[in-house]
Amino acid sequence: MYNRFLAAALLAATITGCQSEEWQTKDISGVMPDLAFSLTGEQGTPVTEKAFAGNATLLFFGFTSCPDVCPTTLARLSTVLDKLPEEERRQVRVLFVSVDPERDDPEHLRKYTEYYGPEFVGLTGTQDELRALTKRYRVTYSYAEPDENGDYAVSHSSAVFGFAPDGRIRVLMRDDDGTEAILADLRRLVNERG
Amino acid sequence: MACSVELRFEHAGQAAANPHQSGLSAASQQRELIRRHMPPLSEIAAFLRPYTAEPLIAALCAATALLYFRGLSRGEPPGNWAIAGFIVGLGSMYLVTQTRFDYFAQYLFFMHRVQHLVLHHVGPMLIVLANPLPILVRALPERPRHRAQSLWHSAPISVLYKSIQHPAPAGFLFVGLIYFWLIPSIHFDAMLSRFQYNLMNWTMAVDGILFWWLVLNPRAPDGANGSLGYGKRCLLLALVMFPQILIGAYIALSDSAAYGIYEVCGRPWPIQSDTDQTLAGLITWIPASMMSVVGMLIVLSRWQRHERAQNGGPDGTGGRISTVGGRM
Repeated sequence: MYNRFLAAALLAATITGCQSEEWQTKDISGVMPDLAFSLTGEQGTPVTEKAFAGNATLLFFGFTSCPDVCPTTLARLSTVLDKLPEEERRQVRVLFVSVDPERDDPEHLRKYTEYYGPEFVGLTGTQDELRALTKRYRVTYSYAEPDENGDYAVSHSSAVFGFAPDGRIRVLMRDDDGTEAILADLRRLVNERG
Repeated sequence: MACSVELRFEHAGQAAANPHQSGLSAASQQRELIRRHMPPLSEIAAFLRPYTAEPLIAALCAATALLYFRGLSRGEPPGNWAIAGFIVGLGSMYLVTQTRFDYFAQYLFFMHRVQHLVLHHVGPMLIVLANPLPILVRALPERPRHRAQSLWHSAPISVLYKSIQHPAPAGFLFVGLIYFWLIPSIHFDAMLSRFQYNLMNWTMAVDGILFWWLVLNPRAPDGANGSLGYGKRCLLLALVMFPQILIGAYIALSDSAAYGIYEVCGRPWPIQSDTDQTLAGLITWIPASMMSVVGMLIVLSRWQRHERAQNGGPDGTGGRISTVGGRM
């Protein structure tokens, strides 16, 4: 009797152990608030987080004139998405939020994200909207002095925030996270049920 | 920015030179001048608005300040230096956590180190030197005062306090907290989570007050109150200095961007991460350890004064140390 109880307890422990398997990238569940924003979409119309309910959502801040971090990150996410089965892939949205609304109008954003795939969605907003959203996820951005051609660099977050289909924050993906880790977590995000 | 201010000024100057042309009276010119210089005021107001409002910090600072001013009017006020020290100490701790300063402290490593320099060293030291406790106590109405005093002397609190305020755990805690929150992975989490960020700042501030109270409290070490001997105070200040030099130098001189959180979060202006980290290390290294030196000078001067008083005059044995340090 006692042995049977022990075996059951062990089995239960193994099962729960499997279920709470660790995320491969940085687990920030509960540390930050759920996905919520009000921005402007690629059609120039208002968009909120409701448009992406039910999708695993990745949130990234950048600007289209970005020479390094943005294209690298988006290309890597695009590579990862290619490895997903079609069924799962359709349930992912990558939100590219431009913190440079001065140069990145909706049309410009649409062309930019199109290159990476249909899952990529460009968003931007007023300075107030962008400040509110970046502050919500404890990041910031700033502009360098423009050069003689009027070009300027933008300092922005290099992280990708991952949300479950119910909009809850789950992971933070960094530059140095490998594609395998990102792939594993993305699949887990897609299959997570609130 | 500077350019636009200059232009405005020139404009105002022209108006002042030709009052008839501009049709302005002297008084309205003055008003106009003031109005044109208003933008900086609104900038100050924007700076004073907290980046992340923490009602607990604001309430505690306000309550302490109110009690202090109430206490000042009840009985012998302390010297002006002490009052100024208390206001600057408390004010600086409020300033680095509940104004725009906090925004920069969240996104720039070196500003974060300045924030902790104030919370852990400068603010608590000034507050302790002002010796505000008697003033705060006498400001309390009789009932709460008795309750606070009996709570203070109750067994759990007094045992806890005495065990923390031993030189060894106190020194260990003072340095240990600096090291703990600077462990890269811990630091990363603390900057991401609002709760941990607050916890970090609270522990630094509370421990700062405890530590500086241990080494700089104005009570003489002899007698029944059991306050720490002058020699031990100096030794403790010297001992906490070296680990701070070590970690500061390590951060300043290591080129690996170990503190990746500032890269992850973006920056308030495009500063190079190496520059940011070097500055952060230097701030942890030099001003923080200088605080130990300042503390030692104050303890030595008190020690000398104390010995002179015991020997009944200025020609006593304590005269071998020249008087240095503040009299706050």
